[in-house]
Amino acid sequence: MKPANFDYARCERVESALDLLAEHGDDARIIAGGQSLMAMLNMRLVRPSIVVDIASLDELAYVKEAAGYVEFGATVTQAAAEAWPALRKRVPLVAAALPHIGHFQTRNRGTICGSLCHADPSSELPLCLATLGGDVVLRSRRKKRVVGALDFQIGLLSTAKQPDEMMVAARYPAARSGWGYAFREISRRHGDFAIVALAAVVGDGKIRLGVGGVDDKPAVHEWDDMDDDSLADALNDFAWDLGGGDDIHATARYRREMVRRLGKKVIGEARQCRS
Amino acid sequence: MQVLKQSERHRVRFTLNGERVEGLAEPRMLLTDFIRHEIGATGTHVGCEHGICGACTIRVNGKAVRACLMLAVQAEGKEIETVEGLAAKDGTLSALQAAFHRNFALQCGYCTPGFLMSLVDYLEKNPNPTEADIRIALSGNLCRCTGYAEIVNAALEAAREIQALSASK
Repeated sequence: MKPANFDYARCERVESALDLLAEHGDDARIIAGGQSLMAMLNMRLVRPSIVVDIASLDELAYVKEAAGYVEFGATVTQAAAEAWPALRKRVPLVAAALPHIGHFQTRNRGTICGSLCHADPSSELPLCLATLGGDVVLRSRRKKRVVGALDFQIGLLSTAKQPDEMMVAARYPAARSGWGYAFREISRRHGDFAIVALAAVVGDGKIRLGVGGVDDKPAVHEWDDMDDDSLADALNDFAWDLGGGDDIHATARYRREMVRRLGKKVIGEARQCRS
Repeated sequence: MQVLKQSERHRVRFTLNGERVEGLAEPRMLLTDFIRHEIGATGTHVGCEHGICGACTIRVNGKAVRACLMLAVQAEGKEIETVEGLAAKDGTLSALQAAFHRNFALQCGYCTPGFLMSLVDYLEKNPNPTEADIRIALSGNLCRCTGYAEIVNAALEAAREIQALSASK
């Protein structure tokens, strides 16, 4: 449970991190909070030849309101996001999901963007980004590009980020007036990996439901608003369409049942909190 | 930019419980091992080494974090607090430690440093917690002996005592 050997680079500028990524590609790993990467290093599930530390890049420690979205820089910790005064008003789904992420001790170091890059199928932040239809901003020495959440996370712990690219920011669409947002998850203990996590958005005559923890990446489905009976059928169809299997925590059947039951609840909550 | 080479030991300096300390660490060395083996402060315990059990919880720049999920080289220049810094120099226990003692909030004691450091941080930021708050706050620390009831009682008692103490000042 100790990491294998690696070089360690402490970056003071984004450009130096990008240079190292361009030079080392797949052999380099960016570390910011390290709350996913350090566990992977300790278990030797990843063995980079160089770890590139961006934690002290203050230029990326920002939360910025822009037209229609809130942008979190790459070194914003989950705790800093929780403490951002406008969070509940501007991105209520993220505000509802954040307390479920690990524990306050890990949120003190773990970053929003780090969680997105790690791309665990049961993670809350990728689920919220996918459900809201947000974007991530990737930079390399070649270019800067903006990628939609559904195109970014392509599978289990895997993303569309190229070896020379680094995520510099994540953009969560801001709450729209008259829309409702709700989040729920079920886990064995508070802070454990979600067995099933659900995010619901209701507005403009539509219902959108995101499900994490079942398939190997967040699954999002959108329907026209409908009555409860039709919704139960729609959720049943959605639950059957999801992949996912049995593991030590729960069976696939249990997970489908949670999608049906909690799906109904979380959509109801989103309807109620429409503002 | 500074690149520290693997297999070489690099100087790391930080403040530990108010005193300046330094030692040598390879880039891959965990902060837990550095604090225990290089500095010799063995109060910080090592459990799961992947952030789950909470035994290694310390404070870095005033925030509770997992020392097993940090590299020693990342602690350069930081202010670090461990369980050794809680009691007074003459050995008088802090209010939280005394509450643990009174409430039998430990049996084998292995998890205790992590619980204490989590609670020190939590109670500073949330001085008036409910039992439910404490249980959520402690969900990131595992204890295999007590069943948690005594730890929760100790935390609530300490919170009340700390509040009364600060009110009387």
